[in-house]
Amino acid sequence: MATLDAPRIVSSRAEFEDSYTLARYLETGGYEGLRKTLTMFPEAVAAEVDAASLLGRGGAGFPAGRKWSMLRKSPVSYLVVNGDESEPATFKDHFLVERDPHQLVEGVIIAAYALQVAQAFIYIRGEFALGLERVQQAVNDAYAHGALGSKIFDSDFSLDIVVHPGAGAYICGEETALIEGLEGKRGFPRIKPPFFPAVTGLYGEPTVVNNVETMSNLPWIITNGGAAFAALGVGKSTGTRLFALAGRVKNPGVYEVEMVKNTFRDIIYDPRLGGGITDDRALKAFIPGGVSAPWFGPDMLDLALGQDEVGAQGSMLGSGSIVVLDETSCPVRAAWRITKFFSRESCGQCTPCREGSGWIERAMYRLEHGGGREEDLALVLDLCDNIAPGLGWPPQQTTICVLGSSIPSSVHSAIQMFRDDFIAHVELGRCPHD
Amino acid sequence: MSHFQPELRQRAEELVALYPRSRSAMLPLLHLAQEQDGYLSEAGIEEVAGLTGTTSADVRGTASFYDMFHLEPVGKYVVGVCTNIACLLAGGEEFLEHASQTLGCAVGATSEDGLFTLEETECLADCDKAPCVQVNHRYVRTTTPESFDTLVGDLRKGVHDADIPSHGTLIRVKRNGGLRASHDEIREQRATSSAARAKRAEGNS
Repeated sequence: MATLDAPRIVSSRAEFEDSYTLARYLETGGYEGLRKTLTMFPEAVAAEVDAASLLGRGGAGFPAGRKWSMLRKSPVSYLVVNGDESEPATFKDHFLVERDPHQLVEGVIIAAYALQVAQAFIYIRGEFALGLERVQQAVNDAYAHGALGSKIFDSDFSLDIVVHPGAGAYICGEETALIEGLEGKRGFPRIKPPFFPAVTGLYGEPTVVNNVETMSNLPWIITNGGAAFAALGVGKSTGTRLFALAGRVKNPGVYEVEMVKNTFRDIIYDPRLGGGITDDRALKAFIPGGVSAPWFGPDMLDLALGQDEVGAQGSMLGSGSIVVLDETSCPVRAAWRITKFFSRESCGQCTPCREGSGWIERAMYRLEHGGGREEDLALVLDLCDNIAPGLGWPPQQTTICVLGSSIPSSVHSAIQMFRDDFIAHVELGRCPHD
Repeated sequence: MSHFQPELRQRAEELVALYPRSRSAMLPLLHLAQEQDGYLSEAGIEEVAGLTGTTSADVRGTASFYDMFHLEPVGKYVVGVCTNIACLLAGGEEFLEHASQTLGCAVGATSEDGLFTLEETECLADCDKAPCVQVNHRYVRTTTPESFDTLVGDLRKGVHDADIPSHGTLIRVKRNGGLRASHDEIREQRATSSAARAKRAEGNS
């Protein structure tokens, strides 16, 4: 059974129909964290976030406090919030921007104060039409409430937040591509080094880029203290985290659970969470952290939901998405579709990613749809090895950004775990699951 | 003479004013242009180039990178059906095939009456309601072929004209105040407050 006694930190208002309104937000402790923040030194605010050891919730899991501490000193600097959630089967930020936009806005103001930044941008995925409306409304309300603009709550701190719409490009979730999108350009990831926008970011100025869920944790952390947050979870993985559960489960949805205290089995099978596999079938495999993550089999069900725990087993918690495949799901088709996604979304700058993704996709297509040969398995693995040499974990990178090195994960997993399925496809000349 | 209608032109100018550099308004301005014309027309692109201080070639080059921008006319309703991993496991491919039959157009094409354009999309981040369908980027949550057909019938009758505007994801996204303090003003405040903080910190130690 899952351990569900931890407080819900970012989804506490989920049951209210009007959770997105200022009235409901103020009734439920809204903007108290900001009021407390404004009585503290900016360094003390940052110290609380450090004490919480909040890991970034975007996918890479980089400690938020450390990211902040790298911000180069400059008269102008920016805070950019990454709400361009596009990793397949990840829908937790979608939940946060639609259901609790004020919590996000308050978190952004707190972070901006800690960083002493005067201009913040919230980049929201363009396809989130309602999310954009709600976040803009929250920003408008915050201005009217005195929580934004000149001299916030009569303090000497001023901040402007601009809500920026994306326009449909997975790659803009990569922080330097996101900055390019914010500069009004094609979303090409920037060449590293510099590795961090904290050195050179928006308009060449120091910029911190943080994820929506990371920001949404801040009001609670400031109100309750970093130590209270760090007391939840185990080791490096502190606090709670939103998990987006999808695929062949009875109750797909977004669930907030304490880090490490729960396992994949808990979240997939507990009747209060996933509720088990659709039609009570057997689990075949699951993808633990977005489609960029290597897959796990049923033997990993008792693994704890923690960043290091999953990392040690050769995959990642990544974007907080869990996709379940059951015994009727075709692993070849799943891996083919994931590769097709990467092929469509590759920005085209780097040869291994641009050419490799399309080549693998075509080989996987014929394996799934008939016309595949046994040699195609070796071909696909060789192509994967060209993109991420050695096919180890974490993957070696041959490209400007990690989209490239994410391509091999699914096909490599599928071939390693389900070679027999591939052979059956080749021998039958079609998909045996059709 | 502006190609944008006066109200839209005003919104566009306000948008440009929000950003430290006008080119940053590129994506929102392209959304606005699409809101008026239904797609990115030559005149709309020219207008955005003028507003951002770029050229129409530059605007077109940027726009073509992003899936949501249409460089050719599309139907009044753009129907997007996701077939990515979560939707695939829920029959997304079969659903897309059904949608194609109901709408009477191939994937990527527009129906003869100009009402519908059908697109196969990547993950739309609504995976607990798979297969996921959006109409003009509004989630419609029709997960069965029957409910999809009902929706299409309603769209033809204009039942959803209020909740699913034809194009324009920003039609209800309006900044209504709190216009940003000038950068000089903010910088000056920041200098004063950090000096004051330094003084207080000195007093504390």
